[in-house]
Amino acid sequence: MKRLLLSLGLITTLLFVFACERKGGPGAGGNSGTIVVGYYGDLSGRTSNFGQSTKNGVEMAADEINKAGGIDGRQIQILSEDDEGRPEKAATVVTKLIDQDRVIALLGEVASGNTLAAAPKAQAAKVPMISPSSTNPAVTQVGDYISRVCFIDPFQGDVMAKFAANTLKAKKAAIMLDFNSPYSRGLTEFFEASFKKLGGEIVDKQSYTQGDRDYKGQLTAIRSKNPDVIYVPGYYGEVGVIAKQAKQLDIKAPMLGGDGWDSTQLWDLGGDALNGDYISNHYSVDDPSPAIQKFVADYRARYGNVPDALAALGYDAMKVLADAIKRAGTTEEPQLKDAIAATKDFPGVTGTISLDKDRNAVKPAVVLKLQDRKYIYVETIYPEGMTPPAGAPAAPATSSTSPAVAPVSSPTKAASPVVETKKAAPSPQ
Amino acid sequence: MDTFVQQLINGLTIGAIYALIALGYTMVYGILRLINFAHGDIYMVGAFVGYFLAFQLGFAAGPSVVGLTVVLIGSMIAAALVGMAIERFAYRPIRKYARMTTLITAIGVSLLIENLFVAKLGAAPRAFPQLLREQSYTLFGNAAISKSQILIFAVSVLLMLLLQWVIFKTKVGTAMRAVSFNLNSAKLMGINTDFIISFTFALGSALAAAAGVLTAQYNPQIDPLMGIITGLKAFVAAVLGGIGNIPGAVLGGLLIGIAETFVVGYGQNVGVPTTFRDAVAFAILILVLLFRPTGLLGSTVQEKV
Repeated sequence: MKRLLLSLGLITTLLFVFACERKGGPGAGGNSGTIVVGYYGDLSGRTSNFGQSTKNGVEMAADEINKAGGIDGRQIQILSEDDEGRPEKAATVVTKLIDQDRVIALLGEVASGNTLAAAPKAQAAKVPMISPSSTNPAVTQVGDYISRVCFIDPFQGDVMAKFAANTLKAKKAAIMLDFNSPYSRGLTEFFEASFKKLGGEIVDKQSYTQGDRDYKGQLTAIRSKNPDVIYVPGYYGEVGVIAKQAKQLDIKAPMLGGDGWDSTQLWDLGGDALNGDYISNHYSVDDPSPAIQKFVADYRARYGNVPDALAALGYDAMKVLADAIKRAGTTEEPQLKDAIAATKDFPGVTGTISLDKDRNAVKPAVVLKLQDRKYIYVETIYPEGMTPPAGAPAAPATSSTSPAVAPVSSPTKAASPVVETKKAAPSPQ
Repeated sequence: MDTFVQQLINGLTIGAIYALIALGYTMVYGILRLINFAHGDIYMVGAFVGYFLAFQLGFAAGPSVVGLTVVLIGSMIAAALVGMAIERFAYRPIRKYARMTTLITAIGVSLLIENLFVAKLGAAPRAFPQLLREQSYTLFGNAAISKSQILIFAVSVLLMLLLQWVIFKTKVGTAMRAVSFNLNSAKLMGINTDFIISFTFALGSALAAAAGVLTAQYNPQIDPLMGIITGLKAFVAAVLGGIGNIPGAVLGGLLIGIAETFVVGYGQNVGVPTTFRDAVAFAILILVLLFRPTGLLGSTVQEKV
């Protein structure tokens, strides 16, 4: 059977190689002609909502720039490739974009695992890559051609730990992580460290892998430890199901997550079971600032739905790249990558973007509450050393004006109307 | 204690699903001595037929008993037809050749179905609509059982009893047993063996489709490759119980389900990581086969000369 599969694989590979006609390189470096930018993401796999949203954001930004006359008269062309959410495929399509299509820069991926597979290719070929939303610290450590426009996991994990300990007053947390995902493992590590530092205790740690079909074993084990909150730093596909099964087990502790939850499909899978959970994210669509509201309105007019954070980050990544090309005055290396690294105080939809010496964006994060298929803004948490700008939404603990903040004393989910639990007597464990 | 009971319930729930699928493997093996590797994909087809039925007939809007019944029976019928078609067009023409030929054909059919679905529908998971109003009942302490779990138990027990009745109390069941005993002799006795084989595929496929729709109520995420691992574990369950033996398939399924859940629930305490859950099913299989090569309930087959 192994040999059969192997020969089948070889035949398909050969067919594929022959079927691919050589396109030649339309893109050229230098200072004139169309600027060809490569985008790669998961357009058909398990996290395809991510890739599609990001692509929408990137294309919308490119169109806006082109309509306004391009960059010094040069138009931008986006070439998209589908990596099916698989790291090995990500490396392949990025190689294709670099070698065949001769792109001057790359935008992508969302999932850190896929970006980590593709980044060495870009670094070796000296093509700058901007990841819109990969938050694992290792991504930009690949080399000086890799940068990103989002915050990183030490900060994101820290934000949720602070929120759990300070706002929800949680003492005991359980963690349920996606074992094979660098994103999930990174967040777990930083949440754990930060939560312990704030005096909390991690009472249980369980893991699953993408594509698992049953999570009740882990959830039952977690339930027996009676945590105040459950941290689930995973992606929407699994998280939705986990929330649903947690509800079936009558777990009342709210679940906390990261930006990996942000997708419309989350609600199709989890439904009302998600009510009362919290996530950290890059921006809130409810933010009244005119720049954000214009972006949301334009996006909705173009694609017919509300932009998630990934769309906003894709949009920002393209805009940051365009800004760098403009400042560099060329798409030649190393001027372009230096210009990207020098990005400072760029007004993006997801906040003011400045890249630090490791080419990571330093930005605040927002905490959102999940309620009836909506993400309700709760509070903004700033990185240490960054002061909230004047007129920004209220600082953490004082945001009691917001109706979304849960009663601080009991971090328990409100019973949702659809799932009723019949308990003979509320007996303690 | 309530945690233990809860894990037991969790294990029995997925065990019941494995058992339903394992029945299809074991029945086809009993009659044709063929491992129908496409069977796990029938489970996936069942879930997808249910998904499209729910949306086409408007049952996706809200939970309803009628909707669930129609979707369940509809997908069972559709999967039975698919199973019969596979038998008719892929296995029957080559039945007279070596057993290896049919085995490899089965792998081919499995890959064909999976990739056809990926090509037509994409590999991205879809969310199966909620057809059952979710509710959980506390048994004692923290141990709770949810409606979807009760549904899985009830429907699978019902279907297994029905299967038992078909096999032992009906004429077609008697014919099935005769064919499984000896195909050629059965033919000489005037049994329409082609029909019986077709019927067996239909029966097994319908059970797999029921499993597909039932799991979708428990875990709404469905995708074209969902049948691979689940199908493989159901196959292990069938072999564990003794392939060709119907009560064995049910026992094997339940054992695999419970073992898997206990690895997740208690493995960490003894140093077995949660991610070993899939490995455990196969480890058990190897152990059992070492000591009882025919499986738990299987009987030794006399090779007749």
